[in-house]
Amino acid sequence: MTRRTVNVELSTTGLDAQGRPQRVPILTDDGGGLALQAPPGIEPDLEGEHMLINIGPQHPATHGVLRLVLELDGETVVRCIPHIGYLHCGFEKIGEYRQYNQIICWTDREDYLNSIGNNVAFALGAERLFGIEITERCKVLRVIASELSRIMSHLVWLGTFCIDIGAFTPFLWAFQRREEIYRLLEKWVGARLTTSATRVGGMAADIPSGWMDGLRQFIRTFPHTLDEIDRVLTKNAIWVGRTVGLGVMTPEEAVNWGLSGPMLRASGVDYDVRKDFPYLDYETYDFDVPVGTNGDVYDRYLVRFEELKQSVRILQQAADRLPDGPVNIDDPRIILPPKSKATSEMESMIHHFKVVMEGPRPPIGESYVAVESPKGEKGYYMVSDGTAKPVRWRIRPPSFVNLAAIPKMVEGHLLSDVIAINASIDIVMGEIDR
Amino acid sequence: MSRFEVVKTGSSASGAPPTTQKNVPHRNGEPNPSARALQEKFPSAIERVEVVWGETVVFVDAWSVHEVIRWLHDDESQRYDFLSDVTAVEYRDAEVPIEVVWHLRSLPFRRFLRIKAQLQKGTALEIESVYDIYRSADWLERECFDMFGIRFRGHPDLRRILMWEQYREGYPLRKDFPLRGRFSRSEQLRQALAQNPEARYSMEELSIADAFAELPEDMRERLSKGERTGE
Repeated sequence: MTRRTVNVELSTTGLDAQGRPQRVPILTDDGGGLALQAPPGIEPDLEGEHMLINIGPQHPATHGVLRLVLELDGETVVRCIPHIGYLHCGFEKIGEYRQYNQIICWTDREDYLNSIGNNVAFALGAERLFGIEITERCKVLRVIASELSRIMSHLVWLGTFCIDIGAFTPFLWAFQRREEIYRLLEKWVGARLTTSATRVGGMAADIPSGWMDGLRQFIRTFPHTLDEIDRVLTKNAIWVGRTVGLGVMTPEEAVNWGLSGPMLRASGVDYDVRKDFPYLDYETYDFDVPVGTNGDVYDRYLVRFEELKQSVRILQQAADRLPDGPVNIDDPRIILPPKSKATSEMESMIHHFKVVMEGPRPPIGESYVAVESPKGEKGYYMVSDGTAKPVRWRIRPPSFVNLAAIPKMVEGHLLSDVIAINASIDIVMGEIDR
Repeated sequence: MSRFEVVKTGSSASGAPPTTQKNVPHRNGEPNPSARALQEKFPSAIERVEVVWGETVVFVDAWSVHEVIRWLHDDESQRYDFLSDVTAVEYRDAEVPIEVVWHLRSLPFRRFLRIKAQLQKGTALEIESVYDIYRSADWLERECFDMFGIRFRGHPDLRRILMWEQYREGYPLRKDFPLRGRFSRSEQLRQALAQNPEARYSMEELSIADAFAELPEDMRERLSKGERTGE
C-alpha cells in the first residue's frame, strides 16, 4: 500500500489575481495532507426560489446517456435525482438464451472501455462454473490483457476528465497512447474495441510472433507520457482548485454505499480484489495499491494516476515471465479443435460440431467471480442448471453502484462541480444500463 | 473539514495474504466459518448450508433475512460490511421457487458469503429490504424490483430504475416474459410515438420547485386531471 500526498501552495491565499475573493477552495498543508477551508461569506444566501434544472441525457459532460435532474438554490445543488436506463438492452436476459462462449461477445459491449478485461472476467466466472484450471500461459496472457485494458480505461477517464474540467492537452496525449494499445489488441485478436478475446478454457488466439516487442516498447515509453501529464496536472492550481474537497466520501460511507475500485480506495479503504480475493495468480506479482486520504475528487485522480503506473509494473513482470506452452486446456468437449484438424479429421469435425452447435455444458451449480475492473469490483454471477445456457447471468456493475452515490456526493456543491464529481466516478453507461 | 481516520481493511488485514483458489471442488468444499456461526445463532432461520465451487451458500428463511444480515453486519466476529450485490434467480423449472440472492463481503476478514431466500411463486413476492443496513442496496433493490417484480418492504423509494416508470409490460427477467417483449415491433413503435414528448419530468420532480408553474397551460391542465407524465 502506498500513500501519496501532494503539497500545494497557491500564490495568494484567499485572493485571486485580480484581488477578488477566491471562489475556489483554499488549500493549506497542515502536516502531510490537504485540508480545505471554505472562504466564509463569499456566496451570500439569496433566499431565492429553488430551480429545477435538467442535465442530459444528451449532454457531453454526463459521459453517455445519464440524466441528472437537479434542484438548485442559486448555484448550489440541493437535491440530485439521477435517471438511468436510456441504454438498457437486456444483456442479462439475452445471456439466458446464449451459450457461454456466445455470451463473451456481449461482455465487450457492456463496459466498452474495458472490453478485454470483461472477457477475462467472464471467462474466469465460466471456468469456475465448469471446474476448469487454465494453463499458465493463458493466465499470464490474461493478466496482460486485464492490465492493458485498465490502462486504456483509465486513459479515457483521464482524457475526458481533463476536458470536463477545461484542460485539453492531456486528453490528446492520453488518447494517443490509448491508440497504441488498440493497435496492439488489433494485432492480437483482430478487433480494437469489441475484442471477444477469451474463450471458456483459454483464449481465442495466442499472441502473434513479435507482439511482445510491441508491448515492451509500450511499457518503455508509456511512463514518459505519465510524467508529462503529471507535470501538467498534479500541482496545477486550477486543477487542484477544481477538484480538492469535492464529493467527499468518508471511509465508512464509502463502504456502506458499496463503492469499489478507485472510488473506494480514494476514501482510504484499501480493498482491491486483486490483493484481497486474488485471481490469475495476482498475489505473485509485485505491485502497490494506492490509497487516498481525503476521499475527494482530487484523491480519485491521484489514485487512478498511480494505478496507471502500477499497471505498467505488472505488465513488465508479466512480459518477463510469459511461459511457453499451450494457451488452451486440452479438453475437446470445451475447446474447439484447430481449424486444420476440423477440416481433415472426422473426430475433430464431430468435436467442432458438438462444441459449436450444442455448446459446452457445466455441471449444476453457480459461481460469482469478481475481478478488479478499472471501475471497481466487477462480478459475474452465473447459475447453471446443467444445460448449455445459463439460467441466470448477472453482471455486478461497479459503475452502477458507484453512480448511486452521486446524490450524496453533489449535494451542497456548485453546479459546475457536479460535472467534476460525475467525471470522477468514471461511469460507463453501457455497463450501468446493460 | 475534519480529518478522519483511515479504516484499515482488506489487504492490510491480519493473517497471511490470500492466494488464488486452485482446483476448487464442485461440492463439499470447506464452508465459510460464518455459516457455522449462523447455524448456532439462528438455528430455526437457517434452512441449509451448501458449498458450491468453494462458495458458501446459506439458505435463510425469507422472514428472517433482515435479522440475519443485520447480525452479520453488526457482529464483531463477522463484520460483513460490504454488500456486493442483490439480485434474484428464477429457474426454468416452474416448480422451483424464485431465489433472492445477497452477496456479502467481510473486508476485515476477507470472507465472501452468499445468502439466499426462497420465495414461492404464486405468493406475493415480498421480502424485507436491507436498505437500512447497506445504502448500496438502494439501486440494487430497485433493479431487482424492476426486473423481477420482487417488492422490498421498507425500501424508501422503490421505483423502476432501468425501465421507465410507466412501463406496463411486466418484469423483463422473469421466465414468462418473452425475449422480444410482449408487444410486436409495430405496437412498440406506436406506443413510443404516442408518448408525450414534453412530459419529461416525474410528478415528484415537478413538486420540487416552481417548475410546475412554468409548464404550458394545457399540460398543467392535463396533469392536474391526473394524467401521469412519462420520461
